[in-house]
Amino acid sequence: MKAWDAIVIGGGHNGLVNACYLQRAGLDVLVVEKNDWVGGAATSRELTPGFLYSNCSYVCSLFRPEIMRDLELPRFGLQVISYDGGAVFTRDGDYLANYRDHDAHRREFARFSRRDAEAYDRYSRDVTRQCRFIQPLLMRTAPDPTSFKPRDLGELLFLGKKFAGLTAEEMALTLRFWTMSISDFLDEYFETDVIKANFALSGIIGTALGPMSPGTAYVLLHHYMGEVDGSVGAWGYARGGMGAVTKALAASFRASGGTIRTGAEVDHVLVRNGRAKGVVLAGGEEIYGKLVISNADVKRTFLKLVEERELPDIFLRRVRNFKIRGSSGKVNIALDSLPEFPALPKDSPVYRADMHFTDSIERMERAYDDWKAGRWSADPFLDMMIPTTLDPTMAPPGKHFMSCFVQYAPPKIDGRDWTDADRDGFAESVIAQIAAYSPGFRDRIVHMEVRTPREIEAEVGLTEGNIFQGELTFDQLLFNRPVPGYAQYRSPVGGLYMCGSSTHPGGGVMGAPGRNAAAEILRDLAKPTSHMSPAHDVI
Amino acid sequence: MTSSEVNWDAIVIGGGHNGLVAAATLAKSGRKVLLLEAGSDLGGAARTEEFAPGFRVSAVAHLLNRLHPDVVKTLELERHGLKVERADFMPSVALSKDGSLVLHGAYGEVLTGASPTEQSAWKELRAQLLRYAGVLKPFLSRRPPDLAGMSIAEMTGLGQTALALKRLGKEDMRDFLRVLLMNVYDLLDEQLSDDRLKGLLAFDATLGSHLGPRSPTSLLGLYYRLAGEIGGLAGAQMLPKGGMGAVVTAIRAAAEQAGVSIRPASPVAKVVVEKGRAIGVVTQGGETLRAKTVVSATNPATTILDLVGPREVDTGFVRKVKNIRMKGDAAKLHLALDRPPQFSGVDAAGHKGRLVIAPSPDHVERAFNPSKYGEFSPEPVMEITLPSLADVSLAPSGACVLSAVVQYAPYALRAGWAAGRPQFLKAIMAQLETYAPGIGATVRHAELLTPADIEARYRMPGGHWHHGELQADQMLMSRPVSGWSGYDTPLEGLFLAGAGSHPGGGISGAPGLNAARRIIAMRA
Amino acid sequence: MAQATRKKPIASEVDTALEARLAAQPHFRTLRLGTPFQPRIDALGLKQDWYSWAGYRAPHSLWDEELEYFAIRSQAALFDISPMTKYRIEGPGAEAYLDRVTLRDVTRLQPGRVHYTAWCDDDGFVLDDGTLFRLSPTRFRLCSQERHLPWLLDSAIGYEVSIEEETEAVAGLALQGPTSFAILRDAGFAGVERLKVFDLAEFAHDGATVTISRTGFTGDLGYELFVPADKALSLWDRLMMAGELRGIRAIGYTALNRARLEAGLIVANADFTTSEHAIRADRLRMPDEIGLGFLVDPEKGHFNGRRAIFEARTKKKLRHVLVGLEIEGNIPAEHAIVYYRKSQEVGLVSAAMWSPMAKRNIAIASLQRPYGDTIVDDLWVEIYAMRELQYQKLMKKAKVVQRPFIKLDRRTASPPADF
Repeated sequence: MKAWDAIVIGGGHNGLVNACYLQRAGLDVLVVEKNDWVGGAATSRELTPGFLYSNCSYVCSLFRPEIMRDLELPRFGLQVISYDGGAVFTRDGDYLANYRDHDAHRREFARFSRRDAEAYDRYSRDVTRQCRFIQPLLMRTAPDPTSFKPRDLGELLFLGKKFAGLTAEEMALTLRFWTMSISDFLDEYFETDVIKANFALSGIIGTALGPMSPGTAYVLLHHYMGEVDGSVGAWGYARGGMGAVTKALAASFRASGGTIRTGAEVDHVLVRNGRAKGVVLAGGEEIYGKLVISNADVKRTFLKLVEERELPDIFLRRVRNFKIRGSSGKVNIALDSLPEFPALPKDSPVYRADMHFTDSIERMERAYDDWKAGRWSADPFLDMMIPTTLDPTMAPPGKHFMSCFVQYAPPKIDGRDWTDADRDGFAESVIAQIAAYSPGFRDRIVHMEVRTPREIEAEVGLTEGNIFQGELTFDQLLFNRPVPGYAQYRSPVGGLYMCGSSTHPGGGVMGAPGRNAAAEILRDLAKPTSHMSPAHDVI
Repeated sequence: MTSSEVNWDAIVIGGGHNGLVAAATLAKSGRKVLLLEAGSDLGGAARTEEFAPGFRVSAVAHLLNRLHPDVVKTLELERHGLKVERADFMPSVALSKDGSLVLHGAYGEVLTGASPTEQSAWKELRAQLLRYAGVLKPFLSRRPPDLAGMSIAEMTGLGQTALALKRLGKEDMRDFLRVLLMNVYDLLDEQLSDDRLKGLLAFDATLGSHLGPRSPTSLLGLYYRLAGEIGGLAGAQMLPKGGMGAVVTAIRAAAEQAGVSIRPASPVAKVVVEKGRAIGVVTQGGETLRAKTVVSATNPATTILDLVGPREVDTGFVRKVKNIRMKGDAAKLHLALDRPPQFSGVDAAGHKGRLVIAPSPDHVERAFNPSKYGEFSPEPVMEITLPSLADVSLAPSGACVLSAVVQYAPYALRAGWAAGRPQFLKAIMAQLETYAPGIGATVRHAELLTPADIEARYRMPGGHWHHGELQADQMLMSRPVSGWSGYDTPLEGLFLAGAGSHPGGGISGAPGLNAARRIIAMRA
Repeated sequence: MAQATRKKPIASEVDTALEARLAAQPHFRTLRLGTPFQPRIDALGLKQDWYSWAGYRAPHSLWDEELEYFAIRSQAALFDISPMTKYRIEGPGAEAYLDRVTLRDVTRLQPGRVHYTAWCDDDGFVLDDGTLFRLSPTRFRLCSQERHLPWLLDSAIGYEVSIEEETEAVAGLALQGPTSFAILRDAGFAGVERLKVFDLAEFAHDGATVTISRTGFTGDLGYELFVPADKALSLWDRLMMAGELRGIRAIGYTALNRARLEAGLIVANADFTTSEHAIRADRLRMPDEIGLGFLVDPEKGHFNGRRAIFEARTKKKLRHVLVGLEIEGNIPAEHAIVYYRKSQEVGLVSAAMWSPMAKRNIAIASLQRPYGDTIVDDLWVEIYAMRELQYQKLMKKAKVVQRPFIKLDRRTASPPADF
């Protein structure tokens, strides 16, 4: 029977990126995907006739341009459009907008506080400095600080040099930045609640932390270090929905000779004598491969797909201790017309941007308190946008698709599983939030898809529905991600690799884990990596 | 204003324990030292005070668990009356409606009241915590590394830490690096299952800080605690005979013997600056005192913003100082009781220990939540001691003193503490009543010091006993502010020696000792 | 439903602050604001050649760059400086406050006087340069390129002083050139002849007050006028009418930029990067590194950056130097790389032109010490002159020269010449 050179479990964006790079290195690669479609959390699906839903991930800014070029994604239809700013509605009937124009941005802030308006440049400088420090680390394998191997020492030296290249003041800020809460960090720059809330939201999206939790300043960085065509920090949107990313990846993969099997759920990884030999599908079919690469999160991979006896105790303990926490949900809505927001002028560019209704850090933090108590947030934080204002092809003319990312939604409600009634209550909290700012909103709804952590886990396979495949706290970053000692995409099982967002540098539709894993695999196979662009220089 | 000649080598501002340690250490190096204390008594927050007729109590700090061995040695405190005996070490009792759990000896050398599996899990975790805290311990008595350029000594120090790390072994080192900045909640969840034990540890990790057990980095609080030692035993704790004031008395004796001139009731109005150099102080009485070196053991913000004044330093520095977060979150309760209370399910030895109400990490976290929004905990967590049980001199015969540190009590209570204090006291008493039924009826006098009271009474801005949040971003190179973490300041001749400097608060004397050593090394 | 949904009523009470905020919402429709003089400038902007000056629509050139330049040097040029950032600093502590913030000794700046100054952060890196107007013993105006409100407010801790940003409220005009004095006199500003260079005085205009100072950015005889925004147009008309016979012309930035280069003056974020905008640490500059060391007053009391600046001087930590260059030939060397011995890269030209007044090819460059400081020979610039889609690469010798490149007696002559 045929033995593939490599089998990739899971057709999410990282699995596909990994498969593409391996296939292009001359390997014969098979991707097995449990759903009838590929894409994982980066999909566009027609859930009601005429409407394409980006029903999971909804923003394309982290995706590395080096990967787009290497894999010729534009040729396969990928086009990324920048957002037009953003806004936070305030409870007093006003809003704070982020305009792309620097001076308009300042004037907008000055409506609330002249001081804050003029504080923005320094804030932006400091955050940019941090981004420039972290960005070069994304496309590299994290060093093992306990190792004396020349490569690890070299990488440690690289880290050290990057750090030593900073001034004492920058070093100090870097050390503080990594351990501060976004709330405390912003307090050092701004005085206005809504302005702080406007920035703080990037510190919490996707995490089970509140804006007052230390470490959330780093999370903000994780959201800022993306770029749209060289414009660092810009958020973008994939034309045709987020599925366009994985569609292009799948097409690129197939064009280079790769094979994808959908509807093929892996039951377990076949391990013989401590080496991965292939996978066994849910139906019992065995597929053989010289290498197996898992795009699934580290818990799913090692607690569900690999038998316990194949793994060392210390590794298992660390995998069990890996924190993957469901903290968010998604409400996707088809609308028969563009909703109106009386607070927002009809010609505002904000209609083409992401909108928020949480105008203070306190409200965000209180929403988080609900999560800690095992409830969905009564006053949820929404990251809402109407992508059809940028890409009308996703809905019938004049009609719209709205994506609402919702925080917080716990993986369990009071310790028990979500019920359908819970799901409806959760959806109602979201609709009520929007309707409070958009009269008549309910009447425009044609169709709605509500995804709590339960639905996201069931469909996408993300443990607890965590969008990053693991919390972005220090204990789970760099050489600690996913677990100490196995931060270089390899596992204790020979020939079994990881390539999902559980690995360095983490989640978001970035592709870096998939690419970095491919680089490590090719290194093990002593194959050339000349088809992989090095990371763009940060100059 | 009167003026006098340069007649002091060093003037130390503030007669708290760190000021005394700094003064004594400097005097022992042959310097002529004057110590100025604003209050009529020395000791700052480490005093023993009478709060009701016949009832005396350790003012803010009530437990001795981290007096630095170098301080004890350098100042020969045992010769000056400090007594530390193994028999004085107190257990910690996790109070619970399900029966209490006791950590005996130095932070639970023996654990009772828990299941055998929990006992062995605790043994392992305790060893791990002490091992990791041990790696960090040498930092307590060193200047934080200077990011702008490290000296050979600093490099050597860091090299030693790297070696200590390597000595842990590969897997232990990996775990150390993983958990370093973790929250205490998750770590406890990974290794323990008894809520009472977890609650106690979660409480200890967050005591004195504006963090909940779930807040990332909260584990550092536990390391800080366990890096402390007393009588050579890490994690041990005791109630000094005569209250904390007795410890201060010993340090004072050492200072006086070394030749320090001590002037109580001499509040300093200003640090005198000439051409970027601190040359002395002016007292509130108007007297100018000149010295080669001025050492402030008061709060860093008070020192820079009030005593020096913003005009003499740069704007960026003022900004950094103002950005030090120092809003206290802990209150101190003193009860004068007709008779010793009876905590349910606790034996006589336990009553002489530290009694902790923190039934679970979730409970501590829930208590923390309101403090984020300027509200006090309706179900506060606390550590209680009954010092008069072991030291009868503290209370009238048959009566009893209860001293408790209670969290969370935000400094900036939205409703204001005038209105909030009685309500908070009621909430605390309700908790106490649950664990020691009938205690309410025996209260002869109650004194509740909110952070606002502590601020006013002990000159601690924000009522924060660390003189600045002891969180990761305000530790080491960032304490009190980045760029100036090594006890010196932008003003030549002015040094900081209080808890606001590295390594932080608690009755350790380490900031005072480190600052004095820095001054001696600089030949200032 | 397992949980109730918290209702969040949108507040209905409207206060005045909210009203002001709401009223300002539509600004997004005008990305480039007009200044108070915009109607006049629009009418004269035959070229429609605009750029954004701090968010304002400002002209590069109105009708002819070269002729606009010559208007400065031979007639009188009117240039709109309203977009410049202006702060009103007032109070009994204003003098001490500014003395702490800025490099020069403000106690020696008399009421009715102006001085050029700069200010630094704690590390001695320049935050900006600008002009400080002392309007009265307790009232100042600070004009600069960038915005500094948080820095200025945080610096005010401990001083009895108020700081207000007044960029929009105050319109500004520069009237520069040999006939500028005569025009002001003819416009009826009696007493303007008494203004010596860096003097200022207040004059009545249209029921309000105009502050006229004998200052400018051209190295020529000239004045700057500040007036409440609602009196801007009448002031413009008054000057234009009075200047009609003396060749007054409105000009754009290109012409002004030439004049300032001849005068050897530097522009923040053109010739150096201000410290709040420098993302790369090696772009930060101390006063001594951009030719502003002369502003640093070692005698006065404490000021921001003092410690760092003197430490850098003592420990010889200064890494850059800003110099004037005279380059052989006549091809402007804008953004050319400067070499030592034609091979070793030692710096960059930030501004360059053929000077019509000096008849020399001049430039301002930033060099890495010791080049430009102790080593001033054998310096070269590599000019990439784009000519019909080809770079003509030229390696030209450069000589370090004193700034200003031109010195005009009429700039400082008192009484001012009546041309």
